[in-house]
Amino acid sequence: MNLTLRVWRQKNAQEAGKLVSYVASDVSPDMSFLEMLDVVNEHLIQKGEEPIAFDSDCREGICGMCSLVINGVPHGAQVQKGTATCQLHMRKFKDGDVITIEPWRARAFPVIKDLVCNRSAFDRIIQAGGFVSINTGGAPDANAIPIAKRDADRAMDAAACIGCGACVAACKNASAMLFVAAKVSHLSQLPQGQVEAKDRVRQMVARMDEEGFGSCSNQSECQAVCPKEIPVDFIAQMNREYLKSSV
Amino acid sequence: MGGLAMALDSRIPSGPLAEKWDKHKFDMKLVNPANKRRYSVIVVGSGLAGASAAASLAEMGYQVKCFCVQDSPRRAHSIAAQGGINAAKNYANDGDSVQRLFYDTIKGGDFRSREANVYRLAQVSVDIIDQCAAQGVPFAREYGGLLANRSFGGALVSRTFYARGQTGQQLLLGAYQALSRQIGLGKVKMLPRTEMLDLVVVNGNARGIVARDLVTGKIESHSASAVVLATGGYSNVFFLSTNAKGCNTTAIWRAHKKGAFFANPCYTQIHPTCIPQAGEHQSKLTLMSESLRNDGRVWVPKNAGDKRSPDQIPESDRDYYLERLYPTYGNLAPRDISSRAAKRVCDEGRGVGPGGRGVYLDLADAMKRLGEKTVRERYGNLFDMYERIAGENPYKVPMRIYPAPHYTMGGLWVDYNLMSNLPGLFVVGEANFSDHGANRLGASALMQGLADGYFILPNTIGQYFASMKRDPVTAEHPEFKKAEQDLKSQIDQVLAARGKKTVLAFHRELGKVIWDYCGMARTETSLRKALAIIPALRDEFKKNVDVTGSAGDFNQALEQAGRVADYLEFAELLCQDALHRNESCGGHFREEFQTEEGEARRDDANYSYVAAWEYAGAGKPETLHKEPLTFENVHLQQRSYK
Repeated sequence: MNLTLRVWRQKNAQEAGKLVSYVASDVSPDMSFLEMLDVVNEHLIQKGEEPIAFDSDCREGICGMCSLVINGVPHGAQVQKGTATCQLHMRKFKDGDVITIEPWRARAFPVIKDLVCNRSAFDRIIQAGGFVSINTGGAPDANAIPIAKRDADRAMDAAACIGCGACVAACKNASAMLFVAAKVSHLSQLPQGQVEAKDRVRQMVARMDEEGFGSCSNQSECQAVCPKEIPVDFIAQMNREYLKSSV
Repeated sequence: MGGLAMALDSRIPSGPLAEKWDKHKFDMKLVNPANKRRYSVIVVGSGLAGASAAASLAEMGYQVKCFCVQDSPRRAHSIAAQGGINAAKNYANDGDSVQRLFYDTIKGGDFRSREANVYRLAQVSVDIIDQCAAQGVPFAREYGGLLANRSFGGALVSRTFYARGQTGQQLLLGAYQALSRQIGLGKVKMLPRTEMLDLVVVNGNARGIVARDLVTGKIESHSASAVVLATGGYSNVFFLSTNAKGCNTTAIWRAHKKGAFFANPCYTQIHPTCIPQAGEHQSKLTLMSESLRNDGRVWVPKNAGDKRSPDQIPESDRDYYLERLYPTYGNLAPRDISSRAAKRVCDEGRGVGPGGRGVYLDLADAMKRLGEKTVRERYGNLFDMYERIAGENPYKVPMRIYPAPHYTMGGLWVDYNLMSNLPGLFVVGEANFSDHGANRLGASALMQGLADGYFILPNTIGQYFASMKRDPVTAEHPEFKKAEQDLKSQIDQVLAARGKKTVLAFHRELGKVIWDYCGMARTETSLRKALAIIPALRDEFKKNVDVTGSAGDFNQALEQAGRVADYLEFAELLCQDALHRNESCGGHFREEFQTEEGEARRDDANYSYVAAWEYAGAGKPETLHKEPLTFENVHLQQRSYK
């Protein structure tokens, strides 16, 4: 198939960016979206131009590095739900399609170059409390504390978050509530995370606000684009944890 | 040559196997807790081994700097490990023990690993599970609340712990969270999007690295009391592998060029259950977890050229070849054996799917036995992934799989303390060669990465500090300045070439050569062919590579150029090692050396050693050092999974 791409090009964080059109020809339906961009980049290099910068690593939907807004929706979730960009294949598009590709857009995720942005704010939220404070060594036998299967399963549902930031990119307030809620819920669901549950939620929420993420819009756009389909129920759970922390 | 025997001292403690590690921990010198902050450690890589090491060392009081090429330490490729992690807990009451995990691992590695290392690995495996559970890793549980287990290839017990199909992700996030806690406390300085490009050796000791800030392009030196490399394996030398695009051999290769020995590079693992390649454009291959072999049955049509769709092929015309050839282990035969069996049936013209390079992995029986719901619960995410990539519904049509490069057992040579022959340079996880011999068993990579990072290195590094003379070296030292200058000129050369071929094109070409001539099966002829092509390709790369953009900028093509240049050098050593090892063992299969049934034929009399290669300068053949392997506790035999 032959496609027209409109791609956000921005030299660096300081300079303004703009959409530039490229033709992608002879695209095979079996290519992944990123492989299609690889081919476009090969042509750009051969023409002496700089290739389009975009993040990707594992290309199997788990590392959370790839981060493209495709026709206005993070990871192209309107075309295929529940996947990261790297697992979107061109068979989901038609010959002649015009595809607009942009980076995550949020104040807390400044663009580094083209489609690459800086998501270190997420790391700083985890650093503020997204852990269980134990050192290596001296842990009790893993079976010493039984955990009900439904609790372990629910913790896993939340822990599946890949930290890609699509939830922020999809939200009109650029809120990080789903990301923070996933970690708060994962740890507060388990006995090991109970000890610090109150401090954790307060510290993580405080850091989230400091980083410049907006408030929850209650519109569930985050859930709609999440490649791991993490439900907004966890935001309710975090709000409960947050309330509990002040009593 | 007098010093060389010294250099390859594996420093295995004396005494009975089961007591070596405890004895060694007691014998090692300790660093006074108040003095630990005077020692600084650079950890390169933030996967399971790197993140767990960085976090643990910081907890102990050392000053730690951790580097990764991704935008966050949470993205390291350990995250993609699906199936599980082994531990000799014997929770399943099925006869498991430290001794059995040790034996399975030694045998699985085709008797090409060190007994003492493997025994220690089996011992600390139990602590890993405790540590991770305490961190809040959401392992799968039974209804009673205790941990669930499953089986993996090469074992007849259920000792694999898992978190759905995302065990690597959950273990890595556990380590990442421990690391994040230390970053938040100011004990670790994290440098993401920063790539180590050289190791700096001062007076014979590893004293730091030179790294490039991938956002600004700035080259900077970092000095430390010791350097830990946790940068993973080199499967991407094949171009198409299950590794992440960013996985590379640059850190360990450049350390090798600074004097660290490279051990057993020819031990490469080809994983039997990957989604077959769809076309020339393909950028990577995707693994389907080996855990599927618990319930899946592998088959091909009995007759060559049978083009019927799988549902039209009756039982009588199917060949469940793993069950036929290896009745005891069946579909759970180890990876090297399963991969070669798949290659053989495809070579016979019985392969399925486009190009005939595929075999069926069929869960129809499991769905009948367990119901679709249970299968969906166990493997749902894997099925979804398959459907997205292959465009077929695996609940209706059996999946097609084919082997793909997945893991590399070889790596930098290390002694029992995980220190390379360069004092002060430690190597952990997949980057070292230590524990898996010639073939790694499923669910053992996560075990080794975390064993190294949480429990072994934090103990052994103190011994090095306690016995070294404190000798402050700063990044202003001339060795750092020289390394920076060398790097800048290398980068300028790449950018100045402005040839006609992209980095990706070179990488693809190299990968095809290595896969065809040094892949699942190797011969002297094929290896000599590869050894003739590689230097020519390397020369062409220097003259004809085309990289646009500048050095002082975010430039992904330039990053890749450095990594592919290193693969072009490393590939030669890989083939050299494969050529020198005139036997077949584990992942190294030389067609000249096989039994009548087509299984690997080892030559214990002549090749029961670790091949550790010393760099001898550009274009010169490397020098081989041998570390003999002695087996006092297991009886060497031909591996049998029949």
